[in-house]
Amino acid sequence: MSRQRGSAAKFDRGLMRLRLNLIRRGSLWAVTLVAVLWAGYAAATTGDPVRRGPEWTPTADHTKFRVLEGPFSSGPEVTRACLRCHTEAAKQLQATTHWTWSFDNPITGQTLGKRNIINNFCVSIETNWPRCTSCHIGFGWSDNSFDHRSEDSVDCLVCHDNTGTYVKDPLGAGHPPYRDTEFPPGSGNIIQAPDLIDVARYIGMPTRRNCGACHFNGGEADGAKHGDLDSSLIKPDRSLDVHMDAAGLNFVCSTCHTTQGHAVTGSRYMTKAVDTVGIDVPGHTDRTRTSCESCHGPTPHATRHKLDDHTDKVACQTCHIPEIARGSRKTLTWWDWSAAGQRDTDGQPFTRTDDDGYVIYDSHRGEFRWQGNLVPEYHWFDGRIRYTLIGEAIDESKIVPINTFGGGYDEPRSRIWPFKVMRGRQPYDKVHKTLLLPHTVGDDYASYFRNMDWTSAIEVAMAHAGLPFSGEIGFVETAYFWPSTHMVAPKEDALACNDCHSRNGRLAGVPGFYMPGRDSFEGLQWTGWTLVILTLVVSVAHIAARIGAARQRS
Amino acid sequence: MARILVFTRFARFAHWTQALLVIALMVTGFEINGAFSLLGYERAAEWHDVLAWSLMGLWALAIIWSLITGDWKQYLPTTRKLMAMVRYYTYGIFHADVPHPYRRTAQARHNPLQRLAYMLFHALITPTLWATGLLYMFYNDWPKVGLDVLTLSGVALVHTAAAFAMLLFFIIHVYLAFTGTPVTAFLKAMITGYEDI
Repeated sequence: MSRQRGSAAKFDRGLMRLRLNLIRRGSLWAVTLVAVLWAGYAAATTGDPVRRGPEWTPTADHTKFRVLEGPFSSGPEVTRACLRCHTEAAKQLQATTHWTWSFDNPITGQTLGKRNIINNFCVSIETNWPRCTSCHIGFGWSDNSFDHRSEDSVDCLVCHDNTGTYVKDPLGAGHPPYRDTEFPPGSGNIIQAPDLIDVARYIGMPTRRNCGACHFNGGEADGAKHGDLDSSLIKPDRSLDVHMDAAGLNFVCSTCHTTQGHAVTGSRYMTKAVDTVGIDVPGHTDRTRTSCESCHGPTPHATRHKLDDHTDKVACQTCHIPEIARGSRKTLTWWDWSAAGQRDTDGQPFTRTDDDGYVIYDSHRGEFRWQGNLVPEYHWFDGRIRYTLIGEAIDESKIVPINTFGGGYDEPRSRIWPFKVMRGRQPYDKVHKTLLLPHTVGDDYASYFRNMDWTSAIEVAMAHAGLPFSGEIGFVETAYFWPSTHMVAPKEDALACNDCHSRNGRLAGVPGFYMPGRDSFEGLQWTGWTLVILTLVVSVAHIAARIGAARQRS
Repeated sequence: MARILVFTRFARFAHWTQALLVIALMVTGFEINGAFSLLGYERAAEWHDVLAWSLMGLWALAIIWSLITGDWKQYLPTTRKLMAMVRYYTYGIFHADVPHPYRRTAQARHNPLQRLAYMLFHALITPTLWATGLLYMFYNDWPKVGLDVLTLSGVALVHTAAAFAMLLFFIIHVYLAFTGTPVTAFLKAMITGYEDI
């Protein structure tokens, strides 16, 4: 009996010890688990510092170079100094679209590029060189006689200035202002002439500001042209651009637009609608990172596999760029040249701005509409863009497309893409059925900005281009499609399922396929619900009859 | 009068679990189809998936149980007393002196109309929903197994049609559950398992 009690007590003590042990071990495990989870959480949320390291460490200090001590009286003199060491740089650059403004599209066979195409912003370069070429990567392209072989005419500074002080003269055909200049004339806005010696000594790899000097300002105003590129990308936060986030990944343009020998990859003229190469690592690469897939691969949604099921049909941009012009600037969506030419009561041209300071009317240019946080239009897109070229016949009874493209559900190289669509009205020849080129910039009698007479402005530009002009001017509505690919939102701001999978969602008008949530079958729907209602009616009638029969009995 | 066990514990568990899952599947499914807006497409679709897998799991259990216990024989259709049942629902039920033509036993708990309806449910409606539902889920893998001759709209059409059939079954089934004497007798049996015969 006592032995039994003794062993029972022993057993109890053993059990107690076991329990204590378990508790002790358990709490150790729990503490470890919490610590590990916390460490993982901390690592995941604070990000590792390695990725913030400089992209590029120079091996030369340009302030130590005698050749850069000046004096420089012009841009070409600086270039000559650069080329003393960088002997091949100008030749390399002269082979690129940045220099030639001409692009042969191997798919369509069309010759594109700024010097060849017609658009619905400023319309065409012809006879308007000095203004347009203020964004050329060279000096002095003021007319057709510009020598494209002159190496001194390459502008190194516009891309490599790291002081942020180098600017081009808006009417200087690519030269910087050599003395302080007022622009627009009479506006009181002074553009400071840069100190060329200082700029030359503090050069470096291109920053967002360098590329943006031209690419943010297309269409004559900050953000006007692209919609997904404007000055808010100089120092963006995470919500505006998850990759360029100045406090985070801090990408520059060339992080994705990789270069080789001054040739920059990634062109809208030949957009890569889908990158089937996937992640680019040595030995497996197309030597460019200008696609989401080249870093993220074709199926990057680690934990949400259903999203990966979409990437064979939907471009990354469609969900991850929920709106266009998400920064501080609006973008231009409408430019109506036909409204130009009004004068105020004093007979003077005038401009009108909206409450936010955006020009909505300009006697020289016509009527403008601007929009921020613009919801894109969505279309099937295969990357094959065809332009309506100068001299090409148009159908004025419809909206004339500045560019068209292919794509469809059944084409494996197509994806649904977001587009900024620029619309407007511009002059066309009522007899020849072609889009017309106006001479707008200049101080001469024919310049539209000076005399506001369409006939003489168009006559001069068409004659200059060697094209026929009947004298009969009309205005036709045009549309220009811009595949959108910048200002990538963080994932929490990407579109969600419901944005497209609903009756009137984002993809309401995209044809060629059945989409759950958007599409249904009218006939089946009608039959189904009718049968459901009939069955309910019969059931109710049956109940009523049963109740009636029961009452009769009682 | 005798109290007999008509529905075993597993049969009751399977029935009510299936009922809940089917109701939830219909709610989420018809929302995906655009009939109404409750959870939003995303959550409706997510839940529809989870519910579908749960129901398939339940079915796997039920099939095994049915095979082992021999319960599957309860669903074999018969024409005996079939017309009598039809007559009862359209005439006899309104007259107190007409008795229910079918006397259930533990071995044969379904009347001939029930056998027919449940056969339809088990052999046609549900398998069609399974087949098209699984195709729907694995839409992206069609080319890998040579199924890309199908179209999503075709699969969706059949799935939706079968869903309507399910809804019709559901309404009729629920209504007929209240045709016992007293009216809640069948429901009570389905809950407790026992029925007084």
